[in-house]
Amino acid sequence: MATVQSAQAGHDDHHDHDHKPGFFTRWFLSTNHKDIGTLYLLFAIMAGIIGGLMSGLIRWELAEPGLQVFTPGSMLAQMGLFDMSDESRAKHAYNVVVTGHALVMIFFMVMPAMIGGFGNWFVPIMIGAPDMAFPRMNNISFWLLVAAWVLLLMSMFVDGGPGRGFGGGWTIYPPLSTSGHTGPAMDLAIFSLHVAGASSILGAINFITTIFNMRAPGMTLHRMPLFAWSILVTVFLLLLSLPVLAGAITMLLTDRNFGTSFFNPAGGGDPVMFQHLFWFFGHPEVYILILPGFGIISHIVSTFSRKPVFGYLAMAYAMVAIGFVGFIVWAHHMFTVGMNVDLRAYFTAATMVIAVPTGVKIFSWIATMWGGSIDFKTPMLWALGFIFLFTVGGVTGVVLANAGIDYSLHDTYYVVAHFHYVLSLGAVFAIFAGFYYWFEKMFGVRYNEFLGALHFWIMFVGVNLVFFPQHFLGLQGMPRRYVDYPEAYTLWNHVSSVGYVITMVGVAVFLVMLVEAAIRRRPGRANPWGEGATTLEWTLSSPPPFHQFNTPPVIKDDDHH
Amino acid sequence: MGKGIAGLTALASATLLSGAAWASTTVGQPTPGGIGLQEAASPLKHDAHFFHDGILMPIITGITLLVLGLLIWVVVRYNKKANPTPAKWSHNTTIEVVWTLVPVLILAFIAVFSFRLLYAYNDIPDPDVTVKVTGYQWNWGYEYPEYGISEYISNILPEDEARAQGVPYLLAADEPMVVPVGQVVRLTVTASDVIHAVALPAFGLKTDAVPGRVNETWFRAERPGIYYGQCSELCGINHAYMPLQINVVTQAEFEQWVASRGGSMTYLADQAAEAAAAEAAAAQAAAAAAAAETAATTEAGTEAGAEAAAAEGETTTEPTASAPAAQ
Repeated sequence: MATVQSAQAGHDDHHDHDHKPGFFTRWFLSTNHKDIGTLYLLFAIMAGIIGGLMSGLIRWELAEPGLQVFTPGSMLAQMGLFDMSDESRAKHAYNVVVTGHALVMIFFMVMPAMIGGFGNWFVPIMIGAPDMAFPRMNNISFWLLVAAWVLLLMSMFVDGGPGRGFGGGWTIYPPLSTSGHTGPAMDLAIFSLHVAGASSILGAINFITTIFNMRAPGMTLHRMPLFAWSILVTVFLLLLSLPVLAGAITMLLTDRNFGTSFFNPAGGGDPVMFQHLFWFFGHPEVYILILPGFGIISHIVSTFSRKPVFGYLAMAYAMVAIGFVGFIVWAHHMFTVGMNVDLRAYFTAATMVIAVPTGVKIFSWIATMWGGSIDFKTPMLWALGFIFLFTVGGVTGVVLANAGIDYSLHDTYYVVAHFHYVLSLGAVFAIFAGFYYWFEKMFGVRYNEFLGALHFWIMFVGVNLVFFPQHFLGLQGMPRRYVDYPEAYTLWNHVSSVGYVITMVGVAVFLVMLVEAAIRRRPGRANPWGEGATTLEWTLSSPPPFHQFNTPPVIKDDDHH
Repeated sequence: MGKGIAGLTALASATLLSGAAWASTTVGQPTPGGIGLQEAASPLKHDAHFFHDGILMPIITGITLLVLGLLIWVVVRYNKKANPTPAKWSHNTTIEVVWTLVPVLILAFIAVFSFRLLYAYNDIPDPDVTVKVTGYQWNWGYEYPEYGISEYISNILPEDEARAQGVPYLLAADEPMVVPVGQVVRLTVTASDVIHAVALPAFGLKTDAVPGRVNETWFRAERPGIYYGQCSELCGINHAYMPLQINVVTQAEFEQWVASRGGSMTYLADQAAEAAAAEAAAAQAAAAAAAAETAATTEAGTEAGAEAAAAEGETTTEPTASAPAAQ
């Protein structure tokens, strides 16, 4: 925070006409989309480090068979962070960490970075708007997320029932989340999701209003940059899916506290009903996590190939199609609950359909590069890594779509490998790609290309080592969310944990890169990427003025995507 | 960092060493260092292997290599040194139609095999043996209603005992489920507290055990042996500590086992015969009573008639009493 503040102070001399407010007003009562975007990014980095440390505890425990970390008397137990006074409380703490890792990474890292961070920063600029439509609501969205974060942290340290915190997985299936966790931890987790959901819904309303009403003259929807398109589709998914989650977790809350039986079979309820409601939200949610990444990657691939995006309209409508189909495939998460066989056949077929628009995107990115003049700057390295790794995660998704194979792979490490390839290696690579792409624009200083490339290569090796062997574990049948495993699974678990260490070295390089850029403070250029960077943010200074486009720019041709 | 490098070296050597292990796999349990599906031990799992190893893997490997090849090609051919002046085109309808339609055809091809496998799983033949499986926190209950074996609890075999017996810890159970080889075994699966899941990798099965709902699945084990599975739905503290062990035995051994459990292979027939005998005895008694009745006074006769009416009333009230419960 201090470095950001001083960096800003350094530019105050040049931007006196901006009339920036004082520190507290600027960062705590902010109504400026760029400042709020920066807050979201800082928040996401903080949450990402905490979520990453949680995954470290998981990989540490699973590095070898037996209980090493989540057991009384271990190094972690002596730190006193988790209640590990006896063996079952220690095992419960493992479940709490697994649950916390997922919730933190989904709701407090990827979503804030993609939508709150890059979305806030660049959607208004890309469409030629001076700010978001509802700047104060934007501020509320951010601080609600902070409140949700506090609730989640509280949840981890109060009584859950079997021990401290909630250890029922991010999917919060009842009855484990009702009768299985009687303590207040689950209630706090529910409130956290409620508040995070409210934050996202307000953000979604803000983006929809902004994109539909505040585009500069000539910026038709079909000329709008693909990142703005990706955010538009994403926020529609948020707006339509989050209320369903809110309803489901409210029913969970009343089941827990007020004697209702929505999901309790003894009172005529149905636990499987919760799964339908949850995944009606949960499946669109995973597209919410990746779609903005699609937008970011399109910009980067086009910029560094110095070639316009191939098949712009197909790219935009492929995202719309993915968003739409994303709403009608939810029960592929539930092939084993005992659904009607024709329903399973339908969800198999519908799920496979998603591969078509996704394939269009992959091939269009390659076609964008085809014939281009590619400059392998750091953002482009991350984008290339994204395209390949997302392909790997995508094809294993096609495997899992088949109910007949899912009987063997459901709830195994194959699924863990699959969704980390599309999220940890997909969404996170897209976030890093975007971060490097817009670093100079956002912070007004240049990053070090060598450190950026080093960060990429270490992390590329690390995450592949973490997650590729997990396919093998899953095929061999290792169930997920296991604190201990039979000895036959030792080798690949060990490799996976070694990969984690390498990944963390990459993260350390990332932090070094941030510090180096903050210390050296090489002044940022308006457009460091040259003629390939055609969107409006590159027409502004780096960092952009506190308020931009007081007079809207006029878009004449459709080069701007 | 040093640790990481040491780990990497260990990994490299371990990978080489375990190369031998990949060739021979262990049936019914994971193979150390294994990289594929667990070896099949039922006809359906063979189908699943064919679908996964023969259809899906070649396709997804091909697609991944195609994308990788194209990426390498653009990196080599269209980097800024090799191609200083970028092209400006951004449309080609033909290629777009191709890369939309070809995936559709590939997916349709996959779907044919996928649906065949899915419906094969769903077509449960007439079962020879039915086992009622109930998930608890944190063990399994097995019941054989056809053989009069009431529910017994299967717990994880403690680590020291597993080591002493030379069976895999976290997979072995103290009281296995026992089924005959070559017979259609139907599992009816439910849970009593939270959701659990029955997973049997060798048979390619996974079925959730959901409170208030009974799910069905089935398998026909091809070879005798011991087959392990693990709970596959997060169920709390000891989720990793409630394995399923299935001992597949010959019919004779199975019959012995049933007898040792106090059950009987002819339990249902015996029950039916018993019921029939009881009915016959009752009829006989009634006939005798009727004979006695004719010899008795009219007063005694009305008494017996009242008794009979009362008994009849009892039987008729039973269904009406249970009807609201069913609703």
